Amino acid sequence: MKEYKTITEISGPLVFAEVDEPVGYDEIVEIETPDGTTKRGQVLETSEGLVAIQVFEGTDGINRDASVKFIGETLQMPVTEDLLGRVLDGSGRPIDDGPDIVPEERRPIVGEAINPYSREYPEEFIQTGVSGIDGMNTLVRGQKLPIFSSSGLPHNELALQIARQATVPEEEEGDDEEGSEFAVIFGAMGITAEEANEFMEDFERTGALERSVVFMNLADDPAVERTVTPRLALTTAEYLAFDKGYHVLVILTDMTNYCEALREIGAAREEVPGRRGYPGYMYTNLATIYERAGRIKGEDGSITQIPILTMPSNDITHPIPDLTGYITEGQIIVDPDLNSKGVEPPINVLPSLSRLMDDGIGEGLTRGDHGDVSDQLYAAYAEGEDLRDLVNIVGREALSERDNKFLDFAERFEREFVEQGFDANRDIEETLEVGWDLLSMLPKQELNRIGEEYIEEYYQDEEAEAVTADD
Amino acid sequence: MSQATESDVTEDGVIESVSGPVVKAVDLDARMNDVVYVGHEGLMGEVIEIEGNLTTIQVYEETSGVSPGQPVESTGAPLSVDLGPGMLDTIYDGVQRPLDVLEDKMGSAFLDRGVDSPGIDLERTWEFTPEVEEGDEVGRGDVLGTVPETESIEHKVMVPPDALDEDETATISAIESGNFNVTETVAELDNGEEVTMRQEWPVRKQRPTKSKYTPRTPLVSGQRILDGLFPIAKGGTAAIPGPFGSGKTVTQQSLAKFSDADIVVYIGCGERGNEMTEVIDDFPELPDPQTGNPLMARTCLIANTSNMPVAARESCIYTGITIAEYYRDMGYDVALMADSTSRWAEAMREISSRLEEMPGEEGYPAYLAARLAQFYERAGYYENTNGTEGSITAIGAVSPPGGDFSEPVTQNTLRIVKTFWALDADLAERRHFPAINWNESYSLYRDQLDDWFLENVADDWPELRQWAIDVLDEEDELQEIVQLVGKDALPEDQQLTLEVARYLREAYLQQNGLDEVDRYSPPEKTYRILQGIKSFNDEAFEALDAGVPVEEIQSIEAAPRLNRIGTTPDDEADEFVSEIEENLTEQLRELY
Repeated sequence: MKEYKTITEISGPLVFAEVDEPVGYDEIVEIETPDGTTKRGQVLETSEGLVAIQVFEGTDGINRDASVKFIGETLQMPVTEDLLGRVLDGSGRPIDDGPDIVPEERRPIVGEAINPYSREYPEEFIQTGVSGIDGMNTLVRGQKLPIFSSSGLPHNELALQIARQATVPEEEEGDDEEGSEFAVIFGAMGITAEEANEFMEDFERTGALERSVVFMNLADDPAVERTVTPRLALTTAEYLAFDKGYHVLVILTDMTNYCEALREIGAAREEVPGRRGYPGYMYTNLATIYERAGRIKGEDGSITQIPILTMPSNDITHPIPDLTGYITEGQIIVDPDLNSKGVEPPINVLPSLSRLMDDGIGEGLTRGDHGDVSDQLYAAYAEGEDLRDLVNIVGREALSERDNKFLDFAERFEREFVEQGFDANRDIEETLEVGWDLLSMLPKQELNRIGEEYIEEYYQDEEAEAVTADD
Repeated sequence: MSQATESDVTEDGVIESVSGPVVKAVDLDARMNDVVYVGHEGLMGEVIEIEGNLTTIQVYEETSGVSPGQPVESTGAPLSVDLGPGMLDTIYDGVQRPLDVLEDKMGSAFLDRGVDSPGIDLERTWEFTPEVEEGDEVGRGDVLGTVPETESIEHKVMVPPDALDEDETATISAIESGNFNVTETVAELDNGEEVTMRQEWPVRKQRPTKSKYTPRTPLVSGQRILDGLFPIAKGGTAAIPGPFGSGKTVTQQSLAKFSDADIVVYIGCGERGNEMTEVIDDFPELPDPQTGNPLMARTCLIANTSNMPVAARESCIYTGITIAEYYRDMGYDVALMADSTSRWAEAMREISSRLEEMPGEEGYPAYLAARLAQFYERAGYYENTNGTEGSITAIGAVSPPGGDFSEPVTQNTLRIVKTFWALDADLAERRHFPAINWNESYSLYRDQLDDWFLENVADDWPELRQWAIDVLDEEDELQEIVQLVGKDALPEDQQLTLEVARYLREAYLQQNGLDEVDRYSPPEKTYRILQGIKSFNDEAFEALDAGVPVEEIQSIEAAPRLNRIGTTPDDEADEFVSEIEENLTEQLRELY
């Protein structure tokens, strides 16, 4: 291992050094500053004689006398089951004063892509106990379903609620015979200490910490470190899921900070920028994070991802939510309007989507009518929403009776279906019941998305008659 | 991917620098687009730039740990695919490595590096039946014999296009039937050429044909909004742009499942892994509506998911279309789905930016438009060199950032393709599927396909279609007024038009892809539903003229049943529509 004192340029998070031996792409570098601190970095570009290094812990304190050491291997994450219950920093070093971690194995953090042929299609319903998700945008095991939010919204509460309540219904009854346990991996990138405390307190209060691994990169930690934090988290997740058979839920927050870090590195390297200054390879880069969710044929475990991102000025066409939406299997949208109405959780189901929902619901999984009910709720709520704009102009009186019913429906849908509070845990039966309760406000012939046999079985007639009697 | 044998590898170079998928090497004696093996692990790459002694290579695999000083070997041949029996019912990565073989070889569910595999099984034997005899004269592309490749498809073994010059012929000096693997000679020509069942073809080069015709047969998709309003021809080109969540992939998959093509080549280019898995799981189970055999028997899948190496994403489109051309040469109608061409364009952008090329619009390389045009031009209805006719229909999904169609990939695609199916986030939000916006979409094939529909479906197909389009157009205009003053402020006849338009949307344009019956609507049924709605329209307007208030017309019981035709089994649909029509007439006439 050769040491160099050959730094030629320091620029933002990058250090350029001359070398006389070839250095591998992506290799890990240790830089010792004159005052004795050691910083780690990674080779971004290597050529005969010169390498560009991205320094995780920031370049402050590095000068041209600093020594550069090439470790000769790419960044690895020490993995072991003992990581459960531990709190690590954004580079994977313990910060909870616990015992040293004795790794069972060290794994490169740049995970290899799962062979699409070896994947198992996710279709196991996860009950989150949140109607806006279970009923309308069902989450399944092995899915990547991000939460799109904005500053000032309770996305963390929602994420915590999901982490707390998520179960797979049959397993609850049939007991964990296969022995697959549930684990949570929490990767924080650039969140504030206050937010971090909220998460930690909740984890400790509910006892969830025991089955969690926490990676903390806080707002005042170096930005560049954020580019490795999710990869450390996912490498750990892969180990637990596919070597140890855990069902792992990975929560990554906040992906916006991750993307900012990418942009910072891109700018420092003077790359040709893409949209809004983000690097052109951001899609591929994000894909190497999100695509690490999934199931594998013949393996018990699974990785389900819930990345959280805050959309700058609540703009869904911003490159970060946009590229994310193109990779992930849907999105849950947290909405400022609903939040100011006091709806908890403020999930706007209309632009939300779960792409894997159709295969995870229905007879034998949730209930036969689930798909139809959800479609009908969507259509009716969308119609009610449209009418709201109209009401603002012409007033309620100018609308037909049919339109008024849809308006009432939209109101009750928000108040009774979506609204449930962050502590309520509704099972799927309960969610569908609330759904039918609302649908029964509408005349039967309006329910054109629902199979006739289900209308027969679940439609609550008395109420419908009462409504018809009114006219 | 075509394998270079050990002896081919001669010219050595040395790596000079590494930056992501772009590697530069010195002293490498290679031509543009030659395939090279990079580093000690032998990672596959392709030459994309030569500048003096410096050769730039895009590497199809992850380059972590590769360092300057490591060797580069050239194969001296451009990126090629193996063509022969065994491509159907197979899933490849972007450089035609079979993913099931890779799983075996790597012994892991994760894709390792530096593992290569031929595109078709070299050991497996196939039963070859000659179609020509010794002494027969053959030209290039001529069919020598057949092999039963799958239950659905008879594979034709042809004289390779590079074995003879154009218009040159040769005499068969030997040919025999029997079981052969793809490397064994099945026929000999008198010019010394030994023909096997395996051909190699460079992916970036179009396979030769005799001539290109105007396509006049529709690719029947079983999707009402497509067949009915915006049909595509066999040999045509189409783009499906739409923001995320609007159903691009679902539409592509429906086309792959239900369209009446002989062969489907489905390219998952930079998209989700689970989506490809869904196709792998579903297609062997689903029956092909034409033959009843499993869909996989006519399908070749190419999967380069978003997290697989970006350079292989750039090449997967070419791999796919070359395979499609090979089946077209046999006289088949091939449908090629590329999901998504935006990811392909982004791969070009990424490589281009690593090469520090001068960027064009939004950072895309200046040659973006040319590459897109080249790709779509390889589609078409052709007369092949062997006299058969075959077609390639190319359907590309486009993923515009933020759903904004003014971005370069969408715009450059629209300049080439003749069918445009615009997906709409609003429609998707209210679960109107397929979420194809009927006001923005168009098909320039409509007129040239009318003859087919007139002959095969109904003699008033174009008129009825025009009626539906007119009603929908009118609805669009009326909606603007409704947004301002409310529906009830409109005159009664306009309110009725809105009601008719609602049935057009709900009973005709909407189609439930999850319903076993509704997911495929044969053209006859598509026509009959429209006829049913037209009957309602005619009767209702007559009632209105006779003085019946529009509210009463709206509340007749028979009308909402129009929405149930889609889910009625195909053989009962005609009767069901007749019944509705009778009831409609009866109930409406009772009112006056």
